[in-house]
Amino acid sequence: MTASALLQVLASGLLMGLIYGLIAVGLSLIFGLMDVVNFAHGEFMMLAMYATFGCFVFFHIDPVLALPLVAAAMFVLGAGVYGGVVRHAMRVKVNAGMVQIFATFGLATFIQGASQFLFSPDYRNIGDHGLLGGKTLELAGVYLPWPQVFGAVVSLVAFGGLYLLMKRTDFGRALEATREDKGAVALVGIDSNRVFALGWGLGAALVGVAGAVLSTFYYIHPQVGAAFATIAYITVALGGFGSVFGAFAAGIVVGLVEAVTAVVLPPAMKSMGIYALYLAIIFLRPQGLFGKL
Amino acid sequence: MQTSPSAPAATPSAANDAVRSFGVHRRGQLLIALLLFVLIALLPLVVQNAYLRNVLVLTLLYAALAQAWNILGGYCGQISLGHALYFGVGAYAVSKLYVAFGVLPWFGMLVGGGLAALLALVLGYGCFRLKGHYFSIATIVIAEMGLLLAHNWEWLGAASGIQWPFGPDSWATLQFARDKTPYVYFALGLLAVTWFACWLIEDSRWGYWWRAVKDNPDAAESLGVTVLPSKMAAAAISAFFTAVGGGFYAAFVSYVDPDSVMQFRFSLLIVLPVVLGGIGTLWGPILGAAILIPLTEFSRSYLGGSGSGLDLMIYGGLVMAVALLKPEGLIRLLPSRFSRKKEAAR
Repeated sequence: MTASALLQVLASGLLMGLIYGLIAVGLSLIFGLMDVVNFAHGEFMMLAMYATFGCFVFFHIDPVLALPLVAAAMFVLGAGVYGGVVRHAMRVKVNAGMVQIFATFGLATFIQGASQFLFSPDYRNIGDHGLLGGKTLELAGVYLPWPQVFGAVVSLVAFGGLYLLMKRTDFGRALEATREDKGAVALVGIDSNRVFALGWGLGAALVGVAGAVLSTFYYIHPQVGAAFATIAYITVALGGFGSVFGAFAAGIVVGLVEAVTAVVLPPAMKSMGIYALYLAIIFLRPQGLFGKL
Repeated sequence: MQTSPSAPAATPSAANDAVRSFGVHRRGQLLIALLLFVLIALLPLVVQNAYLRNVLVLTLLYAALAQAWNILGGYCGQISLGHALYFGVGAYAVSKLYVAFGVLPWFGMLVGGGLAALLALVLGYGCFRLKGHYFSIATIVIAEMGLLLAHNWEWLGAASGIQWPFGPDSWATLQFARDKTPYVYFALGLLAVTWFACWLIEDSRWGYWWRAVKDNPDAAESLGVTVLPSKMAAAAISAFFTAVGGGFYAAFVSYVDPDSVMQFRFSLLIVLPVVLGGIGTLWGPILGAAILIPLTEFSRSYLGGSGSGLDLMIYGGLVMAVALLKPEGLIRLLPSRFSRKKEAAR
C-alpha cells in the first residue's frame, strides 16, 4: 500500500471515528450519570436522521441549517423519555438492572415499529442535493467528502461544547456532582431528578447532532440505529463506562481500526477488527481504557 | 440446614418441619409439572389447525430456551445478552453434520450441545471477570463476532446458510413435512428435560452456590464458594440446552442461515419470556413464553405482514409496560406455591 493510500484510509477512519465518538459520548453521559444503559440510543439517532431528512424534503431546510433544530427537538425527546419511562424504571427495586434494560429495549422496539409504520421500511437518502452533497475536499492527495469533513468538525465542536458545559457552568457542576454521589447532592439542594432529565436531554441532543450529520451521507431506514448502537456500546465499554472523554477517544480508535480492517480483511468483515480490539482490551483492562473500577 | 442465629425461637424440630414442608413443596412442583406436561401433550388432539400447532411448537421451544437462559441469568445472575451464539452453534452443528456427513440430528444435537458448552467454558473463563454491564456488552460483542463469522464462512454456506434436503417423514432424521405434530412432542420433551434440570438444580449444591454468587459474589467467595467455576458450570449447562434447542429449530424449519438464528434481536427474544414471567423461578420462563410467543406470532401474522411495523409497536409497548408495571414478573400474580422462593429451606 502506498503512503497516500494509507493516509486516505486513516483520514476516512478518523472522520468516521469522530462521529462514532459523538454517538458514544451521549450514551456514556447517561450511563455515568445514572448507571443506565440506554438500549434505545440507536433509535434516537435514527429518529434524528428522519427528522433531518423530513426538514429537507418537506421544508427545504438544508441539513446544515436543520442541525440545531433537530438537536433541540431531540433534547426535548430525551428529557421526555426520561420523565415518561426511565424515571419509573429507576424506582423499581427488584430486578432493577433487567427492568432498565427491557424498558429501554421495549422503547427501542416501539420506536422502530413506529418508524416502519410512519416512514415505511424503504431506504432513503439526501444524496447529492444538500449544500455539501457531492463535493469533495482534496488535501495533499487525500480525497475527503465534504459531508464527512463537516460531520467530523461538528463532532469536535459538540464535544468541545459539552466539555465546556461540564467544566464551566453550574449545570455542568451539578451534573458532575450527581455523577459522583447521588445522595449527597440532595443535601446541597440539587434536584437529582431534574439533573437526570437534563442529562437525558443532553445525551439525546448529542446523538441527534450525530444523526443529523450522518443523514447527509448515509442511508436512512428504520433499522439504521441498531447497527450504530452496537458500535456505540463497544465504544463506551472500550473507553470505560461513564468516562465521557474515554468514549470520545475510543470512538476515534474504533473509526481508525474499522477503516484499517476494511482494507486488510474483506469489507464485509470490517467490524471484526473492532470486536477483536474490544475483547483484547477488555480482557487486559476490564474497566476499559479510561474507566475506573 | 442451619437455623439462623438471629432466630433462636426456631427449635430443631421447627427447622425439621420447615425442611419437611420444603420437601413436600418440591414434590408438589414435580407433580404440577407432570400434570401440565401431560395436558400439553394432549393439546394436539384438540388443536387441529396447522398454524396453531406451529405456534405451539415455537412456544414450547422458547419456553425451553428461556428456561436454559434462566440457569445462567436467573439462578446465577449473569445477564448474558449473547445466547444467540449458542443457539446458532447448535443449529449449524446439526445442519452441517446432517447435510454434509449424514449424521442424524439426534447425535448432531449432542455434538452441538457439547460444542456450545465447551465454548461457554472458554468464553466464560475470559468474560466472567467482567462485572455488570461490562459482562453483558462482552456477550453481545462475542455473539456479533459469531454472526459475522457465520456470514462469511463459506464452509457453513455463508450468508445463504444450509438448506436441508427433502426426505421421507421420519423420527430418525426429525423430518416431518406433512404433519408437524411430532415436533410438538419433541419440543415438549426438550422443555420437560430443561425444566427438570432446573428443578434438580434448585436444591443442589450448585443451585445454592449460584444464588450465593448472584446475591453477593464477594461474600460467597469468602464462604468458600468457588465463584469462577460456579459461573462456568452454569454457563456450560445453559449453553448446552440452548444449543440443543438450536439444533431442534434447524430440524424444524429444515434450514439455517446466520440472520435467522444469530442476530442480537434473537438473544433478547430468549431473555424476554424470563423477564416477563419471573427471573430465577421454575415457572416464570414457561409462563412468559406462553404469553409472549403466541402474542408475537399472532401480531406478526395479523398486523406485521406488510412490514407495517404495527406488530413491533405492540410488542415493544408491551415489553416496556411489563418491565415497568410488574418488574418481578407475572408469576407473582399466581398463588405463592409457583413463585415462592425457598424461604422454607432457609
